[in-house]
Amino acid sequence: MEAAMGLMRRMPPRHSETALSALLSLLPQHSSDLLSQVDLPLQVLCDVDIGKEFILCEYNRDADSYRSPWSNKYHPLLEDALYPSSELRKLEIEANDIFSIYRDQYYEGGISSVYMWEDDNEGFVACFLIKKDGSKNAQGRRGCLEEGAWDAIHVIEVGPEQEGTTRYCLTSTVMLSLTTDDESSGTFSLSGSLRRQMNMNLPVADGHLCNMGKMIEEMEGKLRNSLDQVYFGKTREMVCTLRPPAEVAQMRLPDS
Amino acid sequence: MAEEETELSDEQKKEIAKWFLLNAPAGEIQYVAKDLKSVLNADDVYNEAASEAFPVYNKSHMICLGMSGHFGDVLVTSYGELNENEYLDPKTAQVAIVDHVKQVCTEVRPATDEELPSPYIEEYRCALEAEMLKYVSEAYPKGVCSVYCINGKDAEGPGSDFELVVVISAARLSPQNFCNGSWRSIWNIEFKDDIQSLELKGKLQVGAHYFEEGNVQLDTKHECRDSTIFQSPDDSAIAIASVIRHHETEYLASLEESYLNLPDTTFKDLRRKLPVTRTLFPWHNTSQFSLTREISKELGIGK
Repeated sequence: MEAAMGLMRRMPPRHSETALSALLSLLPQHSSDLLSQVDLPLQVLCDVDIGKEFILCEYNRDADSYRSPWSNKYHPLLEDALYPSSELRKLEIEANDIFSIYRDQYYEGGISSVYMWEDDNEGFVACFLIKKDGSKNAQGRRGCLEEGAWDAIHVIEVGPEQEGTTRYCLTSTVMLSLTTDDESSGTFSLSGSLRRQMNMNLPVADGHLCNMGKMIEEMEGKLRNSLDQVYFGKTREMVCTLRPPAEVAQMRLPDS
Repeated sequence: MAEEETELSDEQKKEIAKWFLLNAPAGEIQYVAKDLKSVLNADDVYNEAASEAFPVYNKSHMICLGMSGHFGDVLVTSYGELNENEYLDPKTAQVAIVDHVKQVCTEVRPATDEELPSPYIEEYRCALEAEMLKYVSEAYPKGVCSVYCINGKDAEGPGSDFELVVVISAARLSPQNFCNGSWRSIWNIEFKDDIQSLELKGKLQVGAHYFEEGNVQLDTKHECRDSTIFQSPDDSAIAIASVIRHHETEYLASLEESYLNLPDTTFKDLRRKLPVTRTLFPWHNTSQFSLTREISKELGIGK
């Protein structure tokens, strides 16, 4: 398992699907571990009743069907399927509504879905998903990306209420890839994935949605920032180490 | 997502193993090999995959190996390949015998006359090599360069066409800092005797991998063409080197520009730093959204 995760850490992120399916076929005995530890770009399906797309993941799956957050129906239809309690479903509907607005403000497009379900210890779990295709043929406003994908998965475990506060454990993964291509500079492609955790105790009085939303917003900002500043920055630094820009090379000359 | 749990044949396992090895980032194939070995848990399958994948990887990454004796470094490239484990180093006229899987040079022998270009060609090759070594040592702190003749190496004098290839390979591996990268340039130069012209075709490739608590990879490719006039060996060499220097400097600048464009244009098309409203999302006040939604639904102006 450790070696398998080591391989995932080195394979190009844009080939993570191929890498995971290769590992699954080599290590069928570890398939559930692999599937829970490796995140993949999200898939979508269209809710036939509402005519709106929703995102698929392990958390809205039962057998081979997926539950749409819009109509609450499984696609394809499934009898005796699992549903959240009506109280939780109400929160789920509200979360989907508000998260759509959040998503629109940050992503200027994209698809989002929120799923919730009861867990064993008096709390519940919520999963917030966002998928955005920012390529110029899709929803890239600035039209500069030949290819561009952003997938975010936020899973929050919400603990039981204790003296007015609740513990929220957030695990977030962002996967992205972007490619620009033009005559003068050829193809330039960056891809990556990051996973981070954040735990907070917050007053219940503010409402679960408000608490979870703030945590996700903060986390997404952090992840985006570290991708932009740290991770992309490190690859840029590497390029400049390999072939320093002229000014730097000249500055070094007197020493050598 | 459920995979069928049919047992794979050894042949299928080998193909999968090769895929992992060939997709290793610069300088990381040995780490990939180690993990792969324990995932496969079948040494014969691994060995067969390694013996097929390593030579391909070594040549495509144009790895640099130290030769025994005082001959310096040799590049493992398809242009210097005499057979599967023998690679010509044109600079020293030596042939390195290479163990692909261990990535070492085990032995060195002098090249035979048949393996080397004619004196006429060698004059052009050698002059270009001298110019390129000068350029590479200035531009690349860790660059290695070779110049091969890949077509018409036996031409005895003016009147025939030939083709040289300049290869530049620069790798920087610092696994302790979770960062590896490589720069590869391949320049084909066709010496066209009839039209007294040199046609240059460049292929530049840069890769970088940063993997401290994550996995982010840069991968770029660029091709370009240029031409200059066929002159004496020394003048041709100077002209070619200056064309190469020009294009590679421009390319580096365009990479820098791609990075500069990231925050405000490229990355913004995936996710903005701030919402379109330019303030953080009003989680405390989301009831207003529900309200406006209700109203727009009632008025039938919903999205």
